[in-house]
Amino acid sequence: MTPVQAYTLRLGDDCLVLGQRLSEWAARAPTLEEDVALLNIALDLLGTARSLLGAVGDEDALAFLRAEPDWTNALLVELDNGDFGRTMARQLLVSAYQVPLWAALASSTDPVLAGVAGKAVKEATYHLDHASAWVVRLGDGTAESHARVQAGLDGVWPYAAELFETDPLVESLVQQGITAAPAVLLPVWQQTVERVLAEATLTVPESSWRPTGGRSGRHTEAFGYLLAEMQHLHRAHPGASW
Amino acid sequence: MVTPAQVRARLAAVPDPEIPVLTVEDLGILRDVTVEGRHVTVTITPTYSGCPAMEEIGADLRAALPDFEVEVRTVLAPAWTTAWMTDAGRRKLEEYGIAPPRRTGSGPVAVTLSAAKVAALTCPQCGSRDTEELSRFASTACKSLWRCRSCREPFDHFKDH
Ligand SMILES: [Zn+2]
Repeated sequence: MTPVQAYTLRLGDDCLVLGQRLSEWAARAPTLEEDVALLNIALDLLGTARSLLGAVGDEDALAFLRAEPDWTNALLVELDNGDFGRTMARQLLVSAYQVPLWAALASSTDPVLAGVAGKAVKEATYHLDHASAWVVRLGDGTAESHARVQAGLDGVWPYAAELFETDPLVESLVQQGITAAPAVLLPVWQQTVERVLAEATLTVPESSWRPTGGRSGRHTEAFGYLLAEMQHLHRAHPGASW
Repeated sequence: MVTPAQVRARLAAVPDPEIPVLTVEDLGILRDVTVEGRHVTVTITPTYSGCPAMEEIGADLRAALPDFEVEVRTVLAPAWTTAWMTDAGRRKLEEYGIAPPRRTGSGPVAVTLSAAKVAALTCPQCGSRDTEELSRFASTACKSLWRCRSCREPFDHFKDH
């Protein structure tokens, strides 16, 4: 696998795993409109993941036949959904990162990444809008909704730092103009998130604990259950269709 | 003898599976057609990354030219925008009861949190401007859900994108 492919796979894994997580809300969301919204977001992410995985290899083999240590998504996207407040807090943190990331990648020197990002940036803008509106509505809502979305935010917050980690792979791609430096994306993310949290009357969590390892295949306990659900049909009945 | 123009016209007339009043040409997703003998290469682009209709559209394009060997290529760049929707497409959408995308600008409209909501649309049922957005997301990725306060009917809006 080339460095660009390894990086492309990271981004594709982020999208696929979050899309899978969000699709768990099917028929369980608070309202019918929200059910539709969460699945639309999941579908956008799945579509982006297909383009990215397809640029690396066989998309089905990559999605359904890879073992846990071979997945390179960030830990944040694999965390369990929790309640609706936690799901929306996680979505805010991810979308606030993906919008500037895709915007930067849209002018990548890699044509695959540039093409995928040019579409994804528009879609991520909707996702960010949606998550922001809900975080504000819940945070600046009732005492119960405020407490729950704050708790959800506190739970997912430490995992956001991993999105902005750098390593030799990322550094070499930054130098080639293939992607943007995480240090450039971080202040944009902070500004977006802090603006939304202020409007939501929520407290920016403070955490010195920075769990990491997703990019090198060391995942949380929750991920094994997600993979089992996502892969068992294909593994039991290879090539099944209906 | 079928001319290249006729080949293109047959492909252009293929309806979108999700909004069948629109053709692939109306939608602006038919990007290129080349004809070399019996071999036709059709280039299409998805509206949204996860558009589930792309495979069906590919099959429909092949079925529209049973006497040809049709290769369907999908490209992502340049990214599709509602600016590519034809005037005929906009008219058909409105007649069908879906508010067409706005003409001005392309791309999603970011809603600043406390600021006013996105500008009102004209109700495709009664023509009233007294309308409100209910949800950014509707029955397909390309639409949002609105309600008319005058006639009380809900309606879909083909999002500006
Ligand atoms: Zn009306």
